[in-house]
Amino acid sequence: MGRPTRSWKLYVACFYIFLFAPLAVVAAFAFNASQYPSPPWLGFTLEWFAGNGAVFGRPGVLRDGPMLASLLASVKVAIPVAALAVALGTANAFLLERHEFPGKALLANMMLWPLVIPGVILGISILAFSSRVANGLEDLFDADLDFLRPGLPLVVAGQLSFILTIATLVISARLRRFDRALEEAARDLGAGPWRTLRTVTLPYLRPAMVGAGLVAFLMSFENFNTTLILVGSEPPLPVYMYGQMREGASPALNAVSLVLMLGTAAVATLFALVSRKAD
Amino acid sequence: MAEIADLSLARVTKRFGAHVAVDAVDFSAARGAFFSILGPSGCGKTTLMRMIAGFEMPSEGDIAIRGASMAGVPANRRPVNMVFQNLALFPTMTVGENVAYGLDCRGVARGEREARVRRILGRVGLADFIDRRVTQLSGGQRQRVAIARCLVLEPTILLLDEPLGALDLKLREHMKIELKRLQADFNTTFVYITHDQSEALVMSDQVAVMNRGRFEQVGSPRELYRDPASAFVAGFVGDANRWPAEFEAPNRVRLSGGATVAGRRFGPPSAGPATCFVRPESVALAPSAEALSALENRYSGKVVSVLFDGANSTLLVRADAGGFELRATLPQTGALAGVEKGAAVHFGWSAEAARIFAA
Amino acid sequence: MMRARGLAFWLLLLPPVLWLGLLLIVPHVEIAILSFSERVGPRLYRFGFANYLAFLTEPLYWRTFARTAVMSIAVTAITLVVAFPVAFYIAKAARGVSKAVLFLLCLLPFWASELVRTLGWMILLRETGLVSALLQATGLSAGPVELLYNDGAVIVGLVYGGLLFMVVPLVNALDSLDFSLIEAGFDLGGSRIDVLRRVVIPHAMPGIVAGSIVVFMLTAGNFVTAALLGGKNGLWFTEQIYAQFIVRFNWPQGAAFGLLLLLLSSAIVWIGLKLTGQGFGETMRRS
Repeated sequence: MGRPTRSWKLYVACFYIFLFAPLAVVAAFAFNASQYPSPPWLGFTLEWFAGNGAVFGRPGVLRDGPMLASLLASVKVAIPVAALAVALGTANAFLLERHEFPGKALLANMMLWPLVIPGVILGISILAFSSRVANGLEDLFDADLDFLRPGLPLVVAGQLSFILTIATLVISARLRRFDRALEEAARDLGAGPWRTLRTVTLPYLRPAMVGAGLVAFLMSFENFNTTLILVGSEPPLPVYMYGQMREGASPALNAVSLVLMLGTAAVATLFALVSRKAD
Repeated sequence: MAEIADLSLARVTKRFGAHVAVDAVDFSAARGAFFSILGPSGCGKTTLMRMIAGFEMPSEGDIAIRGASMAGVPANRRPVNMVFQNLALFPTMTVGENVAYGLDCRGVARGEREARVRRILGRVGLADFIDRRVTQLSGGQRQRVAIARCLVLEPTILLLDEPLGALDLKLREHMKIELKRLQADFNTTFVYITHDQSEALVMSDQVAVMNRGRFEQVGSPRELYRDPASAFVAGFVGDANRWPAEFEAPNRVRLSGGATVAGRRFGPPSAGPATCFVRPESVALAPSAEALSALENRYSGKVVSVLFDGANSTLLVRADAGGFELRATLPQTGALAGVEKGAAVHFGWSAEAARIFAA
Repeated sequence: MMRARGLAFWLLLLPPVLWLGLLLIVPHVEIAILSFSERVGPRLYRFGFANYLAFLTEPLYWRTFARTAVMSIAVTAITLVVAFPVAFYIAKAARGVSKAVLFLLCLLPFWASELVRTLGWMILLRETGLVSALLQATGLSAGPVELLYNDGAVIVGLVYGGLLFMVVPLVNALDSLDFSLIEAGFDLGGSRIDVLRRVVIPHAMPGIVAGSIVVFMLTAGNFVTAALLGGKNGLWFTEQIYAQFIVRFNWPQGAAFGLLLLLLSSAIVWIGLKLTGQGFGETMRRS
């Protein structure tokens, strides 16, 4: 079993082909000069990226208004989700690593729950609750609270409900490895508690905070299940793509997918660089 | 006029629940002294040091620095700096930033700060390392950065918490000399805690031997070595053969195997069980009994094994009568330098060299 | 550290209490309450079991539920079988750089969006797609073959989506397996299957459990893959929830479905942990 047999190696090779085939075809057919993302190959074109619609009756993704609007909606969700996940995740890490209190084990356990709750259910529960609150407040104060109705603020809340778990885990893990003698050393050299936090502890946590932020950004950008339930009139990119995919295939979808993959690769590379620096 | 001590502790006690970690410790360290606290792990020396640094507050008693009580003064406002066991250099900063940290906290102007950082790094021989990351330094260099980071603040007292523990043996020997030199150069009071008696003896002006939260004895290294005041100190400082025994006379004991030893008793005359200590280097070895006739205690025996270690070589010898074994230093220049296992030897020691404590 | 708690402690306690309270516990209580309410008039509801009765009496509902459960279990099992040899290869047969590269390559596709991956499978499996074209070109098939819109396509897509979450915990668990144990197994006369069954699999069990739980949860809660690769035939329970909530606006019914799905996935997680005596926290952190 130690030396891999030929058939075992072949199997592993097939596995990797299986793994990359879907992504490869998505990328390849983004450049096919055809109405449909399917064989035969009709020649290379960049029309699906930059075209104005004269050739295929549909503009390239970089000029496609609704597509760009959905991209913008995704960014509008992902940035607050990432920022909140890092800020609150850091606070959670300090609570879990620096304080002892009754019920701490239960609280730490509960923070993991969102990982085993299907995203659709997180979505409907938050939708149902926020609607009840909105209805109640409307009846009481005759106020219309739009942010509690389906829309981007609610999407932010829904995504945060489970992305915060990931951020908390990542940042806690690093805080746990922090040598508290460093804080004592700072105090010993004359720093007060805030200065110690700012100059010693937070710089040490920075790689984990940046990493958690990037992961949160990507997870938010790609989330579909929770977003689908909570979305209003501004669909973020995955929801928009889903609608387009149901209507029919177009290489425009391949093009936007490729843009998305390249963007993701850039963020993931950044993440890898940051986490390498951390060690 | 008596000078005010740099550091004085009055009946300092620390309790953690029912456990007394530090039990009514009194001492004072004179200005410019190298003062060591020596004790086994768990004896309370770390707690004591953390109280001096301000990370723990004494349950009772008072700590004063240059006559000023430190009660209620937080760690960041004490004229004391500490070299941590693992050094605690800030990994996110360069050498220069580490050393500048304390000055920065005090609000020292940038120009002066840089000048002082450069000056101190020059004095510890790290002038060219100012922009290096601390993770790129060797163990000895890291050590010097940790010391420079404290000394740049010109503290009244520098605390050192077993800073040599993580180094390998060779570097440790080197750093002992280096630390002593730095202390003499800067003329700062050093309070050094360690469980390694050799570190304490080599570097210190004064050593306090600590055991179970109390100081057993405070004295110069020579005093501790020659005149240990308790069985614990006799056993902990330097090497010693140690035998359980029974008082026969005020200054004579019978070992459990039957041999009698004349020695020097500490404390009031007593009867009953006792412990007898003889240092390996106090044992004289000779091929014949005549050479030992000046000694009060004389025996003959067989070499059980030869523990060769250059100048530190010792013999393990079993007495022919009296049923005891001992370790004796084997001079590599004497008549017995080439002695082999199983050889018959004569050995003995003066009454002055045997210490007897009531057990 | 059990000293008097300062302001900092209470401030730090606030975010998790708000998070877990307002985004997790209270909303789930809300759908629990909602699921037990019956509509008796416009904006008028009363307590009742009608939503659960509807689930039991309408075959489409409970069949979809059962189908989701059974297929999710099957997908989890297939994912495990597909992933195990690869994880074992990465953990024990590959060395040095190739090991790191193989592991990293496993992670890469999962940084791409689920939609992108599904789009890839649609292009591959469609009647006019790449696989169909290849089959025709090689003469294995006379005409175009429709591979999309059936259970096979759904399973392929779901297994694909679960692989990463299986490979990573498996590699982590197998990494710590001492090679000499395997050799000892052979040395003592065990056959290949014996050694696998008695030495390797018990050692990998924490990874198997962690991976299976996550894969099951993701599969049962999946929406995109079943809807797009299964088409009209790809009935999946999450679609029923979506339909009740968003299309029919029958929230109480949707809430009941949601709760049932939550119960199903919690039950599987719980059984998985109980069967192997693993803790929830450590298992989750591992994956």
